[in-house]
Formats: sequence, C-alpha cells, structure tokens
Amino acid sequence: MELVCPAGSFPALRAAVDHGADAVYIGFRDGTNARNFPGLNFDEMEARRGIRYARDRGARVFLALNIYPQPAGWKRATRALHLAADIGVDAVILADPGLLRYAARPHPELRLHLSVQASATNRQAIAFYRERFGIRRVVLPRVLALNQVQQVVAATDVEVEVFAFGSLCVMVEGRCALSSYVTGESPNTCGVCSPAHAVRWEETSQGRQSRLNGVLIDRYRPGESAGYPTLCKGRYQVDEQIFHAIEEPISLNALPILPQLLRMGVAALKVEGRQRGPAYVAQVTRVLRAAIDACKTNPTGFSARADWIATLDRVSEGQTHTLGALHRPWQ
Amino acid sequence: MAAKLALAPIPYFWPKEQICGFYEQVASWPVEIVYLGETICAKRRALSFEQWLEIAQQLAQTGKEVVLSTLALLEAGSDIAMLNRICSNRQFAVEANDMAATQLLARGTPFVSGPHINVYNEETLALLAEEGAYRWVAPIELSGATISHLHARRPAGLETEIYVFGRLPLAFSARCFTARAHNVAKDQCAFRCADYPDGLPLWTQEQHRLFTINGVQLQSGLPCNLLDKVRDLVSIGVEVLRISPQSQGTEQILGIFRAVLDGKIDGDAQAILSPWAPQGYCNGFWNGDAGMVWR
Repeated sequence: MELVCPAGSFPALRAAVDHGADAVYIGFRDGTNARNFPGLNFDEMEARRGIRYARDRGARVFLALNIYPQPAGWKRATRALHLAADIGVDAVILADPGLLRYAARPHPELRLHLSVQASATNRQAIAFYRERFGIRRVVLPRVLALNQVQQVVAATDVEVEVFAFGSLCVMVEGRCALSSYVTGESPNTCGVCSPAHAVRWEETSQGRQSRLNGVLIDRYRPGESAGYPTLCKGRYQVDEQIFHAIEEPISLNALPILPQLLRMGVAALKVEGRQRGPAYVAQVTRVLRAAIDACKTNPTGFSARADWIATLDRVSEGQTHTLGALHRPWQ
Repeated sequence: MAAKLALAPIPYFWPKEQICGFYEQVASWPVEIVYLGETICAKRRALSFEQWLEIAQQLAQTGKEVVLSTLALLEAGSDIAMLNRICSNRQFAVEANDMAATQLLARGTPFVSGPHINVYNEETLALLAEEGAYRWVAPIELSGATISHLHARRPAGLETEIYVFGRLPLAFSARCFTARAHNVAKDQCAFRCADYPDGLPLWTQEQHRLFTINGVQLQSGLPCNLLDKVRDLVSIGVEVLRISPQSQGTEQILGIFRAVLDGKIDGDAQAILSPWAPQGYCNGFWNGDAGMVWR
C-alpha cells in the first residue's frame, strides 16, 4: 500500500519525498488540472527538476491532467499530455473520456490513472475505462462506504487508490456544478471550486460575513473562527433552521481504518492538498508514512496514535476529522 | 419547427399513485419522448421495475418514444444488479447516467448519453457514438456556445438534447441532505423526501433561494428557462428539448414550449409561463455566466 502525496510546488514535492512519500502528484501551470490556483503548479523545467529529485530518492511522480477540456481548451490539454509523456512522468491522472481515448493512440506506453474526477464509483464503470483505455489504477470518489470499497477492490483487477486524508468533497467528484452555478467556474470547467477571486469578506454589525460572487455563504459571531467559503460548507437556512445544511468544515482522516484498507488490498492511499504549503505536506506525509509502516509491521495490533491524530487535526480544515463516507453513520 | 420535446425522469420522490396518475396524463400531452425511472436515490422504490415497464408499455402504445433512465450514483452491488436489469430489457432504449450503464449495454445497443455523463468535447462525443449512443444530453454547466460547437461537429446519427426547463441537477452525494435537514441518518431516513414533491428549498441567510435539496441531490434553487432560446436552438438543428417534471404545471409548461416550437405563440410566452415558476428563473449557464444568473 503506497503513499501518494500532493505537491503544488517544488518545495512541497521535496517535502513529500523527504518525508517518505512513495509517489507525488503534481499538475502543470496551464489550467489543465483540478487545482488551477494562482501561484501553484509546475512549468516544464520545474516538473523535470521534480521528477529528477523524486527518482533519485526512489519516489515516482504522477501528473494530474484531470479537467474536462472543452473545444477551446482541447489543444492545451493534448499539449500537456504530450509534455507529460515527454518529460517521463510515471503516470498521468485523467478524468475526461475523450482525453483518455486520445491518450492511448500517441502514447500507448503511458501509464493511465483514472482521476477521482471521473466519478467511477463501481466495478462496471471501472471496467469500462479498463477495457477501452487500459487504465492501471482508479482513484475512488469519496462517497463509498468501507464495505463498498472492499467490493470494488475485489471485483476489479486495476489498482485502487483511496483518499486517506485531506479536505473533503461531500459531492461525487466530477459531477458537481455547485461552483459554476454560483461563480461560473467549477472543477470540471476551470479546475477550481469556489474560486478565490469570487470571495469577499465583510465586517458588518451582524458579524463577519463571507460571500462568493455576492452570495452570502456564512456569517460568524465575534470570536468564531472563520473558514474558507467553500460553497458546500456554508451555513444556510432550511425549514427555518440555519445550519451547515450540506456539510461542516471538516477533514477526512482514514488513519483508524488503515488495517482494513491494507487487508482488502487497496493499492495506494492519497493525501489531498496540492493547494497547501510544504509544511502541511511534510507533516501529513511524515504521519502517514509512520502510520502505514506501523500498520504493515503489525496490522492486528495497529491503532492510530493520539499524537498522529492531533498533528493531523492541527492542519485540518475545521481542525477536526471524520471517516467520511467510509463509515456508515456518515451516509 | 422540427424539434421534439422530451420529458425528463421525475427527479423527486412521489408516491406510486402520483407517478401513475402523472404518466396517465402524459399520454395525452404534447411531448414525443418520455424518460422513465429513478435516477436519484436507489432507496426510493415507489414502483417495481415491472411496474415501470408497464408504464413504459402504455406510453409506447400511445406513440411516445420511451427511454428507461438509470441512476447517476451507483454504490452498492444491488444498484448494479438493478442497472443490469434495466440495461438488459430488450424493449426500450436506456439513458446512461454513469459509465457503468455504457459498460453493461452490449456495445452497439442504442442508448442515450444522459446529462450526468460528462461530454465536454468532440473526442468524447465520438467515443459515445462508437459505443452506440444515438443521442446525447448536453451537461448542464456547458455554455450555449460550447454546446452549439459540439452539436455542429457531432458524429452522424447522434441527436443533441438540451435541458431547457426545470431545476438543474447540480450535484450528487453519498449523503442525504433531506435526512440531514431532519437530523436523521440516511439509514433511518423514513423517506422524508416524500414530503417535498418539488424538493426542499435551501436559502442563504439573506433569503436568497440558492439550492433545492432533493435527497442525495442538490438542484438549482430556481428553474432553468431557455424559452427565449428555442428558436435559436431549432435554427441550428437541435433535435430534442428537455423539460424536467415538477409537481404542478408540467402540462402547461410543455404546452407553452410546444406552442413556441409550432410558431403558435408570440412575444408573451414568458408571461404565460411565469405562474408556473413564480420565484423566477436562471439561464446563466447557457449565456456563459454563473448558472444562477437570469438575463
């Protein structure tokens, strides 16, 4: 079970590799991936440097190319694909069926991973992508219960990667247009969710308020800690009640169930957060490396150490964690 | 004008009697294509598969094109088993809303690529045509310009269907937001969604009607309305216009779109439509804006 860590920059990549990541995933700075944020990602030179740094230390580099290119962006996407093959990434992470179809022709040797953005939640969808395009790995959307993950692993011969830590999409990835409904930009269309340029903070007599393209997302009492106004984590009114009607700000943390994931044959654990800095990447990688190693050494006696959980909570959205869909109560 | 009207599957959880009564009326409504079945939540089983087939047969006998729609989010083994039953029916075409359906339909079996299959470029259209799609429903967040571009370059034999009226399907989750609003677990939901035949409104703290909660789905707060674009759509040869059912006024809404298609109505079509969506509309996606915008 390998550890796959995020890198939005060369220092983050170095932090991941130095702290024990088996693989690092990056994106190009051309708007072709789901973390299309200002100041983030790699140009060709940095990507080559990153691959060299990782390889010299026994780690692999995956390239996320997981937007859904529209006609105007098609050339940019295929250019990114050729560049990925040219600089020798160990795999490309794709979501768009058209791009998957295209990729297999000029680069039959290129290892394809199916992005979480492809919304493949079941064995038949995975079989479609394997039979048509020869995908070697699938990243599962964060909507499956543990027993459902197990059924998928048992029923497919492609490697299964699951999210183990990080901010949590409550929606099926790749099928969420909440952000484009409110801001005009979504993960599928622009590689962003609740984009920073649409955010506005206000101090009012009713408290601090966050807005996204003018829409009130949340209102905070004095002294209450305010989070980034991601659309699905706002406080809204439903049936006269004001609450986190969609989801609370909270992070996924699968540490408590590492032995089960290992036993069922999950191939890789993924850490979310290419938008986060090197310090986050270093801390999370270090804890997950220690936990995976401890789990492999003694799966039956494994328990998530309190200091690991505390370290992860400190860097978590909402400073708290959940097993998300992996445990039944959440569903 | 030669575009057909299609009635999308009922997105909400209506009781069996309401569903059956609705489709008895549909038989006489001015709509050529009817999509049937549960696409939102596998737990909702107001009708058995056999009962859906009965409705399908009755509608087919009145000359409607009937398409069996399928779930957008497939999680459990039982979801796949049901999907398999639908895909192996030998009578009716299937609307695929997940690649699992495409996989289960033997290659070459005619199917409709539904709104939840992400078709954003020509290469994907070509793939789906190869797999046997005879129609694609454009994803709701694409702009009119992009849809028109793809429509103009679609493979031969592939029809284009555009979502022209109804609350937009924006997102799906493993969680049930209706259950959450009632502070009960999804496992103990007791089908609270049955209390909301048009979904549960979600407002911002300033009473902006933002979303509609429909079990595990979030829809737009206001319906999308492309009535003003119908003539443009027909002029570029779009084959099918999709209207999503609501508990009241579906017949009238279909009637207004039909009248516009037939050129039997002029400038005040919007005024006739407005009582059926008193809170207003959105059409931002079509114009390349934020989807919630209306202009």
